[in-house]
Amino acid sequence: MPNKTFFWFFLPTGLAMILFIGLPIISTGIQSFYAQHDQVVKEVKKCDPFGCTVSIVVDNEETSKIREAKPLGKFNGFGTYTDRNHLAVDEIKKFWNETESFGAFVDQVTNLPFYKALIFTLTYCLFVTPNVLLLGFIIALSLNAVARKIRGPLIFGTILPMIVTPLVGSLVLFWMIDSQGIIGANIQNLMNDPYLSLKSSKTLTWITIIIYGIWHHSPFAFVVFYAALQTVPQEPVEAAIIDGASRFQRIKHIVLPHIYPVVTFVALISLMDNFRVFEPIIGFSAEGSAQSLSWLIYDNLVNEEVILFGSAAATSMMTIIGIAILLAPVLIRTWKEFKTAR
Amino acid sequence: MDYGLDTKSTRLKTFNTIFIITWLLIACFPFIWTFWGSFKVRADFFSRSDWLYAISAFNTLIETGGQFTTNAYTQAWTEGEFWKASKNTIIVTVFVVSISLFLGTLGAYALSRSTEKYAFWILMAALIFRAMPHITLVSGYLFPFFELQIWGILPTTIVVLVAINQPFTLWLLYSFFKTVPKELDESALIDGCSYFQAFRHIIMPVMWPGVITAGLFSLMLAYNDFTVTALLLNQENHTMVPKIQSYLGTNQHEGNLMWAVSAVVSATAPLFMLVMFFQRQVISGLTAGAVKG
Repeated sequence: MPNKTFFWFFLPTGLAMILFIGLPIISTGIQSFYAQHDQVVKEVKKCDPFGCTVSIVVDNEETSKIREAKPLGKFNGFGTYTDRNHLAVDEIKKFWNETESFGAFVDQVTNLPFYKALIFTLTYCLFVTPNVLLLGFIIALSLNAVARKIRGPLIFGTILPMIVTPLVGSLVLFWMIDSQGIIGANIQNLMNDPYLSLKSSKTLTWITIIIYGIWHHSPFAFVVFYAALQTVPQEPVEAAIIDGASRFQRIKHIVLPHIYPVVTFVALISLMDNFRVFEPIIGFSAEGSAQSLSWLIYDNLVNEEVILFGSAAATSMMTIIGIAILLAPVLIRTWKEFKTAR
Repeated sequence: MDYGLDTKSTRLKTFNTIFIITWLLIACFPFIWTFWGSFKVRADFFSRSDWLYAISAFNTLIETGGQFTTNAYTQAWTEGEFWKASKNTIIVTVFVVSISLFLGTLGAYALSRSTEKYAFWILMAALIFRAMPHITLVSGYLFPFFELQIWGILPTTIVVLVAINQPFTLWLLYSFFKTVPKELDESALIDGCSYFQAFRHIIMPVMWPGVITAGLFSLMLAYNDFTVTALLLNQENHTMVPKIQSYLGTNQHEGNLMWAVSAVVSATAPLFMLVMFFQRQVISGLTAGAVKG
């Protein structure tokens, strides 16, 4: 296709992506170097029969004037990145000098908002992704062994958790697991502890969100693996049966190597999706004990007094860097393949 | 071809059946339970005293005089203004699907027929864009949109959702167009058609299977979106998902949980029916990029 024709065909979608994905990333980058204005204060002298007092009040008029003149806020450089709510450079230095043991230091650091969120996000990715792969693969194997006639409805039932939006999915589970729901109440009875509830324990909350993650993402892995299983050639499998290979051996030595590229694809996609975990935290109302990077950004953006554009943008930039690190191996591999293909 | 070599023992078969039934229960029961509970009153579905009330409908009988009540639905749709939210969702979904298919087919067709190097780089860029968390993009939008005073209205959200959806649509349709033989449109070009005419008269009639799959995924994205719609729309224009969240209540004001339950059922039912109808397309779409590696 000549370049000119390509240009006209591609222009609309290219424009949409540049304007609404490329530019916003740049806009986020710029915003992250600015912080909201400080409030202008003025001294007010108040006199009454007992003498005069000087008090400091916020000058609303002046403040809004400055805000209007420079809506982006004041230039802050890397100030937002290093402040307490983000990388917290000063605090970490202080903890390093003050705390005696390394354990205490780690404890202090993981209480800082950004590191807390980072650790939750990474824990979530680390536990959900492998389990999703495993469960998805087992479901695919097991459905593949069922008679063809009844597979349709079974597949439909299996993919339900995936097609609902994460908020709805987590709500539906939350209403059952909550202390007033069917599962929560039964667990309370079973453990004989009327105060046992999701909100009471941080570990329980984390486990619940991770279980939700596995429940929500496994169907995707299942669908891809199921389709890949249909393409496994039958001859080697039959040869292995004749040679006396056990079921497990057949899966390990024939099926798995065949679908290996698909496994990396699923791992990559679900890692990318898990890294942006956010809606389940709202669905499970778990803000108290579990915060993710995306949730931090959301929280800054729905702030009631002043929207913290700078703070949200700084967290966003660091999230994007995180995604880049996750994607790097894949991009490097594709680049190498592309170079050798030429 | 199955020669019956792969014989399974009865023990394995039973184990397999039990496993599938357990998994299906885990996957489907929450939805069935929510559907069942949406016809009860709050004191039953979120019972403080006994969870069995949700089955025996103890309080529902006292409050409404029947085993089942549709109060939650009627209230959420009228008082809760869920009708408005669903109207907004329909508008957003229809526009997002049609615009992103229009842009996506043109772009993906060009990508699939181009032999230049930049086509590869565009696809890579699309992959990176696909990986961006939506909330980071939203934090980039908010400030400029406030300044331009286009925040809060439906058209802005539609355009944003179309753009966010493009990378995935491009990849999906690209791998679909690759399966359409090049000779088809090449022969049209030799006969004197322009590229656009070839696209219009040769490709368009055969592209519908791919377009239906891509359309379904755009639809699911637009219909299910929470991040973009919750932050870029004002209260008045909220679509279904942010509306459900607003029923949950905050620390300041108590929400109406039963409205949320019935709204969840109302919002998921059409989606389930659609997927049931187009199950084959959904699965082929999810595997399109994967099986080719």
